[in-house]
Amino acid sequence: MPLLPLAGGAIIALVAATFAFPWLEFVLTLAIAKGLAALGVAILLRGGLISIGHAMFFAIGAYATAFAMRDFGITDVFALILISAVISLAAGLLIGVYVVRYRAIFFAMLNLAISMVLFSLLSKFYGVTGGTDGLRVGTPTVLGMVLEAKAVATFLFYASIAAMVLAGFAVNAYFKSPLGEALSAVHTNEIRLEYLGIPVRGVLLIAYGLSALLAGIGGTFAAMTIGHVLPDMAYWTDSGHLVLVAVLGGISGIGGPFVGAVFLELVHTLAAGVTDAWNMIVGTALLGVIFFMPKGLIGFIRPAKKGDAA
Amino acid sequence: MFETIVPLLIDGLANAALIFLVAVGLTLVFSVLRVLNVAHGSFYSIGAYAAASLGLWVVGAGLPGWLTFVSLVLSAALVAVIVGPVIERTLIRWTYGKSEAVQILVTFGLFLILEDLQRIVFGVDSFYEDTPVQLLGSIEIGGVVYLTYQLVLILLAAALFVGLKLFIGHTRIGKLIAAVVADREISQAMGINTNRVFMIAFSLGVFLAALGGALTVPQAGVSPGLGADTMVLAFAVAAIGGLGKIEGAAVAAVIVALARVLTIYFAPELDAVAPYLVMLLVLLVRPYGLFGSATTRKI
Repeated sequence: MPLLPLAGGAIIALVAATFAFPWLEFVLTLAIAKGLAALGVAILLRGGLISIGHAMFFAIGAYATAFAMRDFGITDVFALILISAVISLAAGLLIGVYVVRYRAIFFAMLNLAISMVLFSLLSKFYGVTGGTDGLRVGTPTVLGMVLEAKAVATFLFYASIAAMVLAGFAVNAYFKSPLGEALSAVHTNEIRLEYLGIPVRGVLLIAYGLSALLAGIGGTFAAMTIGHVLPDMAYWTDSGHLVLVAVLGGISGIGGPFVGAVFLELVHTLAAGVTDAWNMIVGTALLGVIFFMPKGLIGFIRPAKKGDAA
Repeated sequence: MFETIVPLLIDGLANAALIFLVAVGLTLVFSVLRVLNVAHGSFYSIGAYAAASLGLWVVGAGLPGWLTFVSLVLSAALVAVIVGPVIERTLIRWTYGKSEAVQILVTFGLFLILEDLQRIVFGVDSFYEDTPVQLLGSIEIGGVVYLTYQLVLILLAAALFVGLKLFIGHTRIGKLIAAVVADREISQAMGINTNRVFMIAFSLGVFLAALGGALTVPQAGVSPGLGADTMVLAFAVAAIGGLGKIEGAAVAAVIVALARVLTIYFAPELDAVAPYLVMLLVLLVRPYGLFGSATTRKI
């Protein structure tokens, strides 16, 4: 049961890092937000499905937060997270009904197409979405208390860690449940599952909904932390980055996507002062991991054991 | 209505002609190598940057204007000869037979590297070089003035489509490509050097994308982000037509052009959405695209 020490170690490391370097708080909150979305992508990868459109659910979660604040005057942080979670889950199930009928490249490209539809709509309907300028997201309140921005940022940091741990345990339980095992089995051999009488599309739809939910929660954290949402959040290269984060960290377990996200955000922040060839570094790192480290970065932290899901 | 629709249609078809060149290269590479190259759009923008640089040099050196036409094709050929074999030999070759997820990721990594390389080499400024458009001038048909260059683009794309079909059906190397597409293992058993065929097909795909990029410079110029934007459009066109089908890419490019004209006319704000909506609709009815065929499932 390596998840408990992993979670404990992650919490201690993250909190200690922000005590040593307070400016890391923003970077790490954002990294965890992206890690949540990457975990969603990793769920689909477990079923052998690659989505290059998952940033759309990140964007849906973020815009749901922005709309709830602007149009309905909801400012409570928990209410915003709940609203974004419900909306992104609903969007995931709706889109999932269509895309789980497809596999492999067609699944990837349909997700891409739908995310580009969302991106175009967000960019074009200036009156509703603020167009390419995006929307401002105000400082949320916490359980009715109006706190200053700095306190809210710290609160969001700890809330994102809590969300990460909760999501980690939940997804781990899901992977170990019959539903989760069926998802891995889709990857291994779909037709055998059908012969066993297991509805493959149902299994995939649940996985898709769950992955959309995680991405949406990541999106709402990003929206509240950055204080701004942009159509670019749904652009296809951002979706590619989410898959990249998952694979870079390692998709064999729960920790990988978060390790990948934190690693990338840290490198991004540190490299920003030295060079602007950021994408080149990331692309090279991705190729290096795929070619030489099939288990991802987390393979360093957690030595491979017998029975690890590949 | 006629006076507004026809210019829109010419403009739409001229843009579709360029997207067709990218999509047909993508689909050709996919059919031969069985790799979906996410970095394919980068060859479009590299071709555009190469053409802009060469064209500006030709004009700057005071050479005759007609040489800019040569420079367009020459820059695409240079990109194909230099970039194509190198990338196929080093990166793409490694992904043969791997899962789609790995192929998409490796080529996405390549896309990120190529995008940054272009930004480092060419900066973030836009480039324009429109000598070819000026030299060709405009013609008036039925009281409406058209850019001759756009008409040439449409004819050129049609000619390239026919040429590609003839090349694959009637030349030795084309027939080798067709054989590898039909059955890779049997081709190898018959003594076809498949590695060489892969390299040629990939470089041909690069050439078509780079040519599309080169041809866009005289009418629209080149700026950062062009490769990423073109990539998704080419995906949509290739998917609508059926991945791996050359006729499919051609028909799909025309359909997308018509859809865009209609949306620009009736709902201009939905212009950018049209290609993807067409793709979603087509794949809903025909899951493998218009010309695609279902693959058998193996137990």
